[in-house]
Amino acid sequence: MERELIHDLAAAYALDALDDDERREFEEHLSRCEQCSERVQSLRDTAAALAYVPEGPAPPPALRERVLQRVHEQRRGNVVPLRRRIALPAAVSFAAAATAAAIVLAVWASSLSSSLDRKAAIARVLGDPAAAHIELGVSSRVVVGSSGEAVLVSRLAPAPAGKTYELWVITGGTPRPAGLFADGARSSPVLLRRRVASGARVGLSIERSGGAAKPTHILHVSRPVERR
Amino acid sequence: MKLGVIASGARRPASHDYCDFPDEALLALVGRDDELALAALYDRYGTVAYRLALRVVRDPSLAEDAVQEAFLTVWRTAGSFLAERAKPSTWILTLVHRRAVDLVRREERRRAVSLEQTELPEDPSGRATEEEIELLERRRVVQEALRQLPDEQRRALELAYYAGLTQSELADRLSVPLGTIKSRMFAGLGRLHELLADAGLEDPLPEL
Repeated sequence: MERELIHDLAAAYALDALDDDERREFEEHLSRCEQCSERVQSLRDTAAALAYVPEGPAPPPALRERVLQRVHEQRRGNVVPLRRRIALPAAVSFAAAATAAAIVLAVWASSLSSSLDRKAAIARVLGDPAAAHIELGVSSRVVVGSSGEAVLVSRLAPAPAGKTYELWVITGGTPRPAGLFADGARSSPVLLRRRVASGARVGLSIERSGGAAKPTHILHVSRPVERR
Repeated sequence: MKLGVIASGARRPASHDYCDFPDEALLALVGRDDELALAALYDRYGTVAYRLALRVVRDPSLAEDAVQEAFLTVWRTAGSFLAERAKPSTWILTLVHRRAVDLVRREERRRAVSLEQTELPEDPSGRATEEEIELLERRRVVQEALRQLPDEQRRALELAYYAGLTQSELADRLSVPLGTIKSRMFAGLGRLHELLADAGLEDPLPEL
């Protein structure tokens, strides 16, 4: 039945060409079927490319102001009834998201071999409401999740030719290498290859390509991380 | 600071500061109530979003409603987005499109829709920003791919996506069986995906 359903409804769903009942039925199925979710995601990417075709005027500048004004008024926690009203469809897709997240979490192991694992870890850290945000110079910050997984978000310029940025986790005065990235903001966000314990600091240095075992040119060291 | 590689200087942050951030990072920041990150996403996708909405709803004020509501949904639900494995651009544009389709269906404005280009006011600013040039290039690639589709597939995709018709309405409009419409949309999207992948606009297989 899966193949049939996919063939029957997935393309129309991706194009928003289902009526309300059909859409509900299909989303109900999506929340249970990992395979269909992936297929639909790919169809949606393609459908979204069609968004770039229409020509026309730029949006009025007042629209930007209005959107940002509304966003400001609706900072989470401020306007409960409104959020409640609109959150309903979001809740449906959130159920699907939660299922997917559970699967990703199950796959997660201590090794971060694949790019998928890394991306999932980054998503987890950045989405962690209890994460600690710590400035690292003016151009970067480190986000440390409750599990100690840490991500660097930065708008650094690319490292000079032949050089690389290197991250360090500093515990009890001893820096340990936590990953390399050369492309500055283009590499961002970067997942640290080492967990950050409470009380540890995070350092950023610039090294010869290939990295170093000990930092030679420290750019920044964070204040101690206080994990919540 | 010894090296000149780090931007320095204390000043008030602006959404422009985020212009080098990848979409994923911006969404993550939005999920943590960062209004500047939302502004940066709007600056990145607001124009595409507005033109898309305008094409679907054919009414500037409804188009503004669609864009506004979509970005407010981004604001409210960015925290739950991350696990969904979608490309952020797809997610945002999907929210805009769906909102526009819902609005136009509700307003029952689709009756007399034709796919001919309607007269829309020119962009008053008229400047070709870097974003605008990128947008033009992207549009060119997608249009070229659409041109390579068999006519009936292209027509099915365009009527479904830009006119906000349901598949049943499409079948009526084109006087073909529903099954035929489904096949055309499915085959059309599949072929379009291949063509876009060939043009380098889309990964052959979505990585995550």
